[in-house]
Amino acid sequence: MATATAETSATKTQPRAQVTRRQLSDRAIMNLFIWPTLILLIAFNFFPLFYSLYLSFTNYVATSPKAPTWIGVENFANILTDPKLWEAFTTSGRYVLFSVALQTIVGFSLAMLVRGKFRGSGVVTTLILIPMMLSPVVVGLFWKLIYNPNFGFFNYIIPFINPADLDVIGSRLFDKPVPYLALAGVILVDVWMWSPFVMLLVLSGLNAIPDYLYEAAAIDRASSWFQFWHITLPQVMPLLLIAVLFRTIEALKSFDLVMGMTGGGPGNQTELIAVYLYRVAFLGQFRSGYASALAYIILIIVIAISNLYIRYLNKTKGEA
Amino acid sequence: MASFAETGPGRPVVESIRVDKVSPGARVTGAVRAAVVLMIAFIMLLPIFVMVETAFKTRIDVASSPPKVFFQPTLEGFVFLFTERANVSPGRMEEFKQKAATGQMNFIDQIAFQSGQEITGPSQYVGRIINSLIIAGLSTVLSVVLGTMAGYAFSRFSLPGKDDLLFFILSTRMLPAVVVTIPLFLMYRQIGLHDTHLGMILLYTVFNLSFAVWLMKGFFDEIPREYEEAALVDGYSRMQTFWKIVLPQSLSGMAATTVFCLIFAWNEYAFALMMTSEAARTAPPSIPSMLGRGGIEWSAIAAGSLGFLIPVIIVVFALRKYLLRGVTFGAIRQ
Repeated sequence: MATATAETSATKTQPRAQVTRRQLSDRAIMNLFIWPTLILLIAFNFFPLFYSLYLSFTNYVATSPKAPTWIGVENFANILTDPKLWEAFTTSGRYVLFSVALQTIVGFSLAMLVRGKFRGSGVVTTLILIPMMLSPVVVGLFWKLIYNPNFGFFNYIIPFINPADLDVIGSRLFDKPVPYLALAGVILVDVWMWSPFVMLLVLSGLNAIPDYLYEAAAIDRASSWFQFWHITLPQVMPLLLIAVLFRTIEALKSFDLVMGMTGGGPGNQTELIAVYLYRVAFLGQFRSGYASALAYIILIIVIAISNLYIRYLNKTKGEA
Repeated sequence: MASFAETGPGRPVVESIRVDKVSPGARVTGAVRAAVVLMIAFIMLLPIFVMVETAFKTRIDVASSPPKVFFQPTLEGFVFLFTERANVSPGRMEEFKQKAATGQMNFIDQIAFQSGQEITGPSQYVGRIINSLIIAGLSTVLSVVLGTMAGYAFSRFSLPGKDDLLFFILSTRMLPAVVVTIPLFLMYRQIGLHDTHLGMILLYTVFNLSFAVWLMKGFFDEIPREYEEAALVDGYSRMQTFWKIVLPQSLSGMAATTVFCLIFAWNEYAFALMMTSEAARTAPPSIPSMLGRGGIEWSAIAAGSLGFLIPVIIVVFALRKYLLRGVTFGAIRQ
């Protein structure tokens, strides 16, 4: 290490001219490295956002040749008074709440189970991770087959029920519509897919807990219940929270899975906010102005939550 | 029980010798735990097993009620996946039967004929998978290269408003695809990028880029600056230092970034659905659209999904040790 120190001090005592030259070339390299990224991000994020802000105050229809006309805040007023939007928000809210809560519980339990090493545990852990690597739309499509009342496997696993009587995707039981059944079906699949993600994060937190904490607790004859509440949980909390926040944002954005499984149906029972927006923007009348305003409202909510997430992430990174 | 002779100095401690871990009770708990984990893994993989099974079922077996677990496997699903077919007209039925009986028909035609169909041409599936490969592959390369460069610059150089800039970069990743698509759709239509490979590659590059920059910055932060400073003193230029000293050390970080970008681009559905129609359409939006043609061909869908999932599973298994680092944004240092 002595040589390294010598070299560092040599850097400091270099002639001034040389230092200036290097700083200049550093600057050139910095620009060369950063600008391609920034230009792409500005072209594909900044510009569209401003453009859609403009569109949200117009009555533009993408399929008509008419130029956009300025109509002020009419779109926003219409959207905020439209009960359909609030229905979509409520559906999304239920979806986010239940799927994230279940994923947290299942993922955490899985991590606690997988934590102890046994022969082949590495491979088993990777196998458990497979669902989260799959394409959500293909997964959704596939669960549609599994839920099929006539030839799907799901209904045959459910006890006490004649398989033909239960139609999860159609939200019907004994030929009567049951509210939230389809939504529960989608949530179950989301939990199946993303619990491994929570597990992965919690597992990395568990592995980072120093062993001496448990050894000290064992010497003090602390019960394993006490160890769990006072050592394991507080130590894992930061990563668990990251997982929860990340899943919350992703669940708010959720689109693919529902499109593959139910397409928002039956009726609008599984119409999450992103699916609702897609229907307004691309199906039917292509009401781009109206859809842009709607997109902006969603955007503000997502940014508020993301902000929380990133701040939290920075805080944990600072502590690590 | 692991004695000191087994785990003493000179041998790595592979098993804790803490009393609570080696007591008979703890051993039984451990065995039970392993059994439970195996069972859970089995349950979690059941849907994937169902998919694999469905891919090898005939049309009749797929629609049998109750569902069959054991059946005669066939390649019907794969034949249906790769071909366009039409029903054989009644007038030509005899001719086909004759051919089938005398063995003049090739293997693939025979499978199609078993459900009374003749093959009229290849399906679009192969083209869609090739589109997926081109778009996902090139966009991953681009975002990893650009992300590495920007990540390095953000890690090593100071520039005004760096934190705000980084926040802006990450926040772009949080946008729901549907929100950004409306203006992008109009923009692409205007400049003729709609439904082109280039348009999709750029789009996926941008949406992976924010993630790539953050990941790579985290990895570069972990590499000590002293190496570079030493190399600079030895007369290397900044560029040479970056190329010869820093890059080789960040290869594992680049691998982690590659895995995540590749999985995202390969599985992406929303953009592909809205920004492509024919020429550049990738596999994810086209697999559900197979539903429409002449009844639901579940075995073909299953075969298509399977072909689409296998590359991801291979990549995940090959690079599984890098997954953990990527998913925690480098928050956990291993």
